[in-house]
Amino acid sequence: MPGDRDKKVAVLGAGMHEWGKWGRPFVEYGLAAARDAMADAGLGWRDMQFVSGADTIRNGYPGFVSGATFAQALGWTGARVSSVYAACASGAVAIANARAQILAGLCDVALVVGADTTPKGFFAPVGGGDRKNDPDWLRFHLMGATNPTYFGLYARRRMDRFGATEEDFAQVKVKNARHGLANPYARYRKEVTVEEVLASPMVADPLRLLEICATSDGGAALVLTSMDFARRHAGGAEPLVTIDAVSTVTPTFPNTVIEMPNFSTDSAAANGSAAATAGFRPSIATAAYAEAGIGPEDVSLAEVYDLSSALELDWYEDIGLCGEGEAEKLLRDGATSLGGRVPVNPSGGLSCFGEAIPAQAIAQVCECVWQLRGTASGHQVEGARVAVTANQGLFGHGSSVLLSR
Amino acid sequence: MAGSTQIPAIDGWFTTGAGGAAPALLGSRCTECGTYAFPAEQSFCRNPDCGSTTFETVELSRRGRIWSYTDARYQPPPPYVAADPYVPFCLAAVELAAERLVVMGQVVPGVTVDDLTVGDEVELVIDTLYSEDGTDYLVWKWRPLAADSGEA
Repeated sequence: MPGDRDKKVAVLGAGMHEWGKWGRPFVEYGLAAARDAMADAGLGWRDMQFVSGADTIRNGYPGFVSGATFAQALGWTGARVSSVYAACASGAVAIANARAQILAGLCDVALVVGADTTPKGFFAPVGGGDRKNDPDWLRFHLMGATNPTYFGLYARRRMDRFGATEEDFAQVKVKNARHGLANPYARYRKEVTVEEVLASPMVADPLRLLEICATSDGGAALVLTSMDFARRHAGGAEPLVTIDAVSTVTPTFPNTVIEMPNFSTDSAAANGSAAATAGFRPSIATAAYAEAGIGPEDVSLAEVYDLSSALELDWYEDIGLCGEGEAEKLLRDGATSLGGRVPVNPSGGLSCFGEAIPAQAIAQVCECVWQLRGTASGHQVEGARVAVTANQGLFGHGSSVLLSR
Repeated sequence: MAGSTQIPAIDGWFTTGAGGAAPALLGSRCTECGTYAFPAEQSFCRNPDCGSTTFETVELSRRGRIWSYTDARYQPPPPYVAADPYVPFCLAAVELAAERLVVMGQVVPGVTVDDLTVGDEVELVIDTLYSEDGTDYLVWKWRPLAADSGEA
């Protein structure tokens, strides 16, 4: 690891296409977001030296190639390109690639884009035919284990171990729905009550329909530059937001938490094996904090992957906002609501967006950029200085981005 | 209606208990470091500090404790083969003490989440996953030991 070398890159532009469900080509959403991000940066398409795309996803698997598709749609300029797949973490890995190019001095200005269009209903394996060597196909076939059932396992475990209640989970949804009300990019902008959440149909006990993330269309983009370029170009006119760390960690063996799409965890029985590790999810933001040399106590706000209402509570602990088993108290005390000590998902989160997978980790960063600039009208975290994002993708992809101003 | 033929829904993942032996999941155990895996590893050990490529097939513990549980209220999409009409079922992730790993599976029919708690002891049984063209396709399921009465 580099020692005290400056690992910051500047975020000069952020742009998004509204989330929704239209079924139009993903390129439309990505292009709208990219153009907004470039306009926000005061730069044009010909200024982009590197295009980093997050590939579309088809039911968890790599879908259509992104980087070159966006580059062609914007008009070939010879810009260098990369396209990545990392499931839900794809957007963060696209950011990591652009950042690495900039920090290595290979380019000064990079465009990061992710967008998708999604089918209706449960995520299910793609294509016909039997795939008896594919755990994702097999978990549906042999167990009927949809994504929400894995979220249900985590939620039930919180109830039995920490005394979490269905009302706590519903309160997460109520909070996020309120946060998203004024967010022009959110798909769902409607307040809900605890009673309405608890009256919605049970999907995977204890999780109800209103507590499980939908799948959406959407697009998000960023313009990242070297610090030198940013100083020359922006001239310190507005608060300059920087990305200070990007974590794209994989799990460490033995990973003893059951995760999609697996049938089992790793075994911790190896000869001489140390006690089970802290777990994958807690390691994700820890790596970002370590890289930036800060800690969770420095964080003003967090955007975390609330695939379910209950999962947001797991994240409070995993990103260090509180100790294990203390997330319900943090929620009940209002600490994670707008106006509280450390608002979580001020954007409204996946709860208000639904997941447009390759765009989502980029959208988390867009929200943090606007929060740190102080321009998140109607859902602003006052005085925000440091923001963290966290998410976990299928097949062992962690992602966390730390930003500051 | 039950079929006349019964075969595993997947080959080599479990024994069916035919001939009176107790059924069990078939995992692998690394001959060098002792790491278990389910389904069985064929080619490489998951332990990053072990370079072994040899494994023995072992029957995993038949009993374990519930790590967590949930249910599936909506009919899962294909390739799940659902009964018509669809009957919701529970899923459990079960910790096997000796192997120090967690294995998922459906819970036997008739059990609801209200019958389950983290830490409860369960036992592996073989049950019909679905029936098609006169054949029952078998799979492993978890049966709560506390719910002994009334279960097949």
